[in-house]
Amino acid sequence: MSAPNKSYDPVEVEALKPEEIERMRDEALAAFAAAGDLDTLQEAKVAHTGGTSPLALANREIGALPPHAKAAAGKLVGQARGAVNKALAARQVELEAERDARVLVEEAVDVTLPYDRVPAGARHPLTTMMERVADVFVSMGYEIAEGPEVEAEWFNFDALNFTPDHPARQMQDTFFVKASKGAEGSKGSEGSTGTDGESGVVLRTHTSPVQARAMLDREPPVYIVCPGRVYRTDELDATHTPVFHQIELLAIDEGLTMADLKGTLDHMVRSLFGADMKTRLRPNYFPFTEPSAEMDMLCYVCKGESVGNPDRPCRTCSSEGWIELGGCGMVNPRVLVACGVDPQKYSGFAFGFGIERMLMFRHNVEDMRDMVEGDVRFTRPFGMEI
Amino acid sequence: MRVPLSWLREYVDLPATETGRDVQAKLVSAGLEVERVEQLGAGLKGPLVVGKVLTIEELEGFKKPIRFCTVDVGTANGTGEPQEIVCGARNFAVGDKVVVVLPGAVLPGDFAIAARKTYGKTSHGMICSGDELGMGDDGSGGIIVLPPEYEVGTDAIELLELVDEVLDIAVTPDRGYALSMRGVARETATAYGLDLRDPALLDVPGPNAFGHPVQIADPLGCDRFTARTVTGLSPEARSPIWLTRRLQKAGMRPISLAVDITNYVMLELGQPLHAYDRSRIQGAIGVRRAEQGEKLTTLDGAKRTLDAGDLVITDDRGPIGLAGVMGGANTEIDDTEGTTTEVVVEAAHFDPISIARTARRHKLASEASKRFERGVDPEAAAAAAQRTVDLLVLLAGGTADAGVTQVSSPSAPHTITIPANHPDKVAGVDYGRETVVRRLQQVGCDVYGQDELIVTVPSWRPDLTDPNDLAEEVIRLEGYENLPSTLPKPPAGLGLTDRQRLHRRVGRALAGAGYVEALNYPFIGTEVLDQLGLDADDPRRTVVTLVNPLSDEEPAMRTTLLPGLLGALRRNDGRGSHDLALFETGLVFRPTGEEGTAVRLPVDRRPTDEEIAGIDAALPRQPRRAAVVLAGAREQAGWWGKGRPADWADAVEAARTVAREAGVELTVRGDRHAPWHPGRCAALYATVDGEETLVGHAGELHPRVIKALHLPERSCAMEIELDLLERAGAGVVVAPRISTFPVATQDVALVVDRDVPAADVEAALREGAGELLESVRLFDVYEGEQLGEGRKSLAYALRFRAADRTLTVDEASAARDAAVALAGARTGAVLRS
Repeated sequence: MSAPNKSYDPVEVEALKPEEIERMRDEALAAFAAAGDLDTLQEAKVAHTGGTSPLALANREIGALPPHAKAAAGKLVGQARGAVNKALAARQVELEAERDARVLVEEAVDVTLPYDRVPAGARHPLTTMMERVADVFVSMGYEIAEGPEVEAEWFNFDALNFTPDHPARQMQDTFFVKASKGAEGSKGSEGSTGTDGESGVVLRTHTSPVQARAMLDREPPVYIVCPGRVYRTDELDATHTPVFHQIELLAIDEGLTMADLKGTLDHMVRSLFGADMKTRLRPNYFPFTEPSAEMDMLCYVCKGESVGNPDRPCRTCSSEGWIELGGCGMVNPRVLVACGVDPQKYSGFAFGFGIERMLMFRHNVEDMRDMVEGDVRFTRPFGMEI
Repeated sequence: MRVPLSWLREYVDLPATETGRDVQAKLVSAGLEVERVEQLGAGLKGPLVVGKVLTIEELEGFKKPIRFCTVDVGTANGTGEPQEIVCGARNFAVGDKVVVVLPGAVLPGDFAIAARKTYGKTSHGMICSGDELGMGDDGSGGIIVLPPEYEVGTDAIELLELVDEVLDIAVTPDRGYALSMRGVARETATAYGLDLRDPALLDVPGPNAFGHPVQIADPLGCDRFTARTVTGLSPEARSPIWLTRRLQKAGMRPISLAVDITNYVMLELGQPLHAYDRSRIQGAIGVRRAEQGEKLTTLDGAKRTLDAGDLVITDDRGPIGLAGVMGGANTEIDDTEGTTTEVVVEAAHFDPISIARTARRHKLASEASKRFERGVDPEAAAAAAQRTVDLLVLLAGGTADAGVTQVSSPSAPHTITIPANHPDKVAGVDYGRETVVRRLQQVGCDVYGQDELIVTVPSWRPDLTDPNDLAEEVIRLEGYENLPSTLPKPPAGLGLTDRQRLHRRVGRALAGAGYVEALNYPFIGTEVLDQLGLDADDPRRTVVTLVNPLSDEEPAMRTTLLPGLLGALRRNDGRGSHDLALFETGLVFRPTGEEGTAVRLPVDRRPTDEEIAGIDAALPRQPRRAAVVLAGAREQAGWWGKGRPADWADAVEAARTVAREAGVELTVRGDRHAPWHPGRCAALYATVDGEETLVGHAGELHPRVIKALHLPERSCAMEIELDLLERAGAGVVVAPRISTFPVATQDVALVVDRDVPAADVEAALREGAGELLESVRLFDVYEGEQLGEGRKSLAYALRFRAADRTLTVDEASAARDAAVALAGARTGAVLRS
C-alpha cells in the first residue's frame, strides 16, 4: 500500500472520478446481466469484483488520497461495490434456478419402474389368525396357555370326562402312538393302560388337554386361551385336514354363568367382525361341558338378511343367516374335580373353534389344501398381521 | 334318526299349518340337531293311480325283453278305456295291481310324463317302480306290485303317502331316547306346549310261568329280558303299505312282515327287538358272556370269533345271537321260504358299555347297538314286546301265547338332589322354582321339595346323572336364545410370556427378511431320513410312531422341521416359483425310545404331582424349533443390476436373525452334519445356562440330499432350537453409552492360512484391541498368487473411540497394533505388506 500523499488531488486521480466509478459499476451490471450461464457469470464476477477488477483498484486508490477526500471517495466506491455485489447475487440466484430447472429435469427417472429385488415375506394366515383371536382375550386379561401335541390319553380324554367306552370317544378319530421299547419293559407294572393305544399316548385331538393342564397348574381364578395344532384321522380334501388349528378359551371363577359365556362370545365376534355382530347358542352335547352348546355367529356378510330372501342369496352362510363356529358350554363339574378345582366353590365356561374354518369364511378361502400346501402365492398377500 | 312329519303327528296334535321347517326350528332350539328337512314327493303331480294289468304282449327283437301291456285305470284317463303302456320290468303278471302314471303327470326330479313312441308302440304313461316315485328301494327289483285289495283308479299319491316331510336328526351320544319317534314326539310336544300321546302306554299282562324259558347268567350285562311268543302266523302275510312306507321314510328297507314289525316298534319306542323262529330254538334262551374263541355266524353272514367280553344269547346248542348287536343266522326268521309260523319276541335291556365294546370289537354298528350304547328305556321293554305281539296278531293273523316271560334285576330309579335355584346359578338367569319344576316335569322327572329339589329322572333319560344335567334341561327348554349377555371380570393379566413374544418376533423377523411361512404336516417316514443322509445312529431316527397313520409311508412324527419345509420348497418349485425363501416354526418330537406308558389316572380326584409327572415322563420331548429353506435367487436381477443367488451365508444369516430376536449372539463354527454340504455347514452355538451349547445348523445342503429329494441346485437350509435360544437370551437390553467424540478408523489387511476361520481372527482382533475398539468389520476377503498357495487376506476396518476424549493417532495405532499382535499370536496372521 502506498503512503498517503498530502499533495495528491483526488480530482486528478482518474479512477476515482465519480463518472469513472459510475461507468465501472454500469459495466459490471451490464456484464452480469449479459452472463447467460453460471460459468460466464463466474468470469464476470472475477472481472468486476475480483482483486484486480477496476472497482477493487479504485478502492485501493482511496488510501492515497488526502484525509479530507477519503470519506467522499470511500462512500462513492462503497456504494458502487454494494450495487455490484447485490446485482451479482441476484443474477447468481437467477442463473442457478435456471440451471436447476434444466438439470433436474434431465436427471428425472421413471419412478414407475418396479422393484422386487428381495420380495416381501409373509407369515402364514393361520398363525396370524390365531394371534388375532388370542389377542382379543389377552386384552381382556386372559393369558395364553400351551401344551404338548403328543399328549397322554388321560389329558386328552379321561380328565375331560370322556370315559373309556363313552360313544363320544368314537366321534373323534384319534391318532394313537405306538409304545416305545421303554413302555414294553414297564407294562403291567402300574395302573391300567389305554385300551386303544398301548402307550396311553395320542396326538391331541383338541386343544382341551391344555385346559386340564392349566387347571392343574394354576390356582383359580383361571382365565386362559389355548391356541394350537390338533390332529384327527381325516384324509386331506377340500374341507378336511388331519392337522389343523384350534383356539380354546377357559374361564374358572366364582359365580361364572352361561350368560357370561354368551357375553364373552358376543364380545369376541364384535371384536373380530364388527360392532353389530352377535352369537347364538344351540343345545348340544360335549363330555367336558354341561350344559353344552353349539355356537353360531351372525353372518358378517349378509347380517342374516339373506334368510328367506332369494333375491339376495349369501354365499358365506348359504343364506342360513348364521355361521357355525364351534362348541362351548359350562365346564362339567366332573372335569373340575379331575383337575383339582372345587366345583362347590367354582364354576367355569369354555369354548373352542377351528381356525381353518374361520379363515375360510373370513377370507373366502375355497379349498382347505391351500392352507396346508405352503404355496407362497397363497400366503404372501396375508403379510404380517391379519 | 329320520322322522317323517306325518308319523310324528300321530303322537302330537301339531297345528295343520306347521311345516317341517317350522318343526325343525323348534327342535333345534330345544337341542335336537335337525340337520335338514327332506321334502318327499316335491314337485310330484298326478294323475298317478292304481291300475290292473289286463294283457301282456311280449315284444321280440330288442336288446332286452319288453312288454306291451294294457292296463285298466278306471276313469282316471278320462275314457275308461284300457291304457296302452310299454314296460321293461318283468316282475308282474296279468291281473296284478300296479301303479300307473298317466300323461300330464310329473314325477320327482321334474320328470314330465307324455305319450311317446318307443319300441314301435306308443306308450301312454308308465308302470312305476319305487325308485321312480322317490320311495327308496323296496327290494322288489322292479315295478311296484300292490296287494290286490286296492281299487282300480285309486289315487296312488295318497295311497303310497308319497308327499311328506322327513326331519333328519343327528342325535348326540347323550340322547339315546331321541332315536325313537316316542322321544322326538316328547320333545316336540314340550316345544309346542302340547300333550303327548305316549305310544309306550300300553296294557301289558304280568309275567307268568308259561312263557318261553329264559335264563340270565349275567344279570349285570342283561338286567331285563322279556320274551313273548306268537303262534299261527300266516306265511303269506305281507307288510301293509303304511308299514313299509314308514320304514322306508325312516331309512330302513322292508324285509319281511315279522322283521318289519320289530323294526317298526324299535323306531316307534326306541327298544331294539329280536324275533326268533321258535321252531329253530332248542330249549331255554340264555344270556351269558361268550367263551373266548366261541363262533357265531350273524345275520349278515359273517362268521365271528367271539371274545370273552361279548354278551351272547344262547339256546341249548350255544350262541344264537350277539346280544344287543345282531341276531344269529341259525335262528333267523325265514323270509324267503315263508316257513316261519311261530316266533319268540325278545325285548331285553343290555349294559351300554358291554354293547359298545362288542360293536367296536366286531366293527358292527347296528341299529340295535347304536341304541343300546346310547341308552334304551328299560321300562319300555315290556310295552315294546306287547306292541310287537299286537302287530303280529293284527297283521300276520297270529295268536298271542298266554305265556309272558320277564326276567329283571331290581333297580332303583335314579334321583338327583339340587337346590331349586341351581339352574338359575348355572344360567345367570332368574327362572324361579316354579319354572324349574315345570320344565323338569316336562322332561319326565318326578320332582319333590321346596328349596332342595329331589328329582327322580325318567327311565328313558339315563344321561341325566348330575345337577348340571338337570340345569341344562331347564335352560334349553327356556331357550338358550333367551340367555342374557354379560361379561365376567377377569383379574388383570400379565400379557404374553417372554417365550410367546419370542415366537411372534421370530416369525415377524423372518417374514421381514423375505421368508414366507409354511405350516407343514409333521408326518415323516424312514425314507426321508435316508434321503437326508442321516447316520444309522442319528438321534433324529428315534421317532414317535403312530399306530394308525394316514399313510404307511409316513408313520412317524418329525424329529426335524426340514422334511416338511423341503417338501414345500419342492412343491413351490414344481409350480413355477423358483426364487424361494420359506420358514416354519413348530414342534419336533424327540423321544429317547425309553418312554414308559402313560397310565390312566383316576378322575374322581386331583391326581398327585407324582402321578402327573409319571404320565408326563411317557411323553417325548417336544421342543419348538425354527427352520428356513432357500433356493434360487435371494436378490433378483432387474433394471438395477444383477441378482444374487441364495447361498450358505443367507442360511447362516437367517439363524442370526432368529437369534437376534432372542437377544443371543451366535458363535458359528464349521461342521460336518447331515443333511448339509460338509464344506458349507455351520454349527451354531449359544451360551445356555452358562455352557456353550449347540443350538442348530445352517448352510448349503449336500448335493446328494438335493438329488435324492429332487430339490433345486444349491438349496440351503437352517434349523435352530428356539427353546434353547430362549434360555440363552441375554434378557433386557442394557442401553449403550454413546460417545460423541470423533471416531478414529484404522484399516488392516491380515494374511492367514486359508483354513483359519475368519471368526477366530476377528475374535482375536476384538480382544487385542481392548476397550477403545468400537467395532470391527470384515470388508474384504482376497486370495491371490502374490499371497502364496493356501493363503488368504482378510481386510478389516477397525473403529476406535473413547468415551471421554478425542483419541490421538498414536493411541489408535497402539490399539490397532495390539489387535494385530494378538491375531498374529492366535491365528498366525501377518499384516499384508
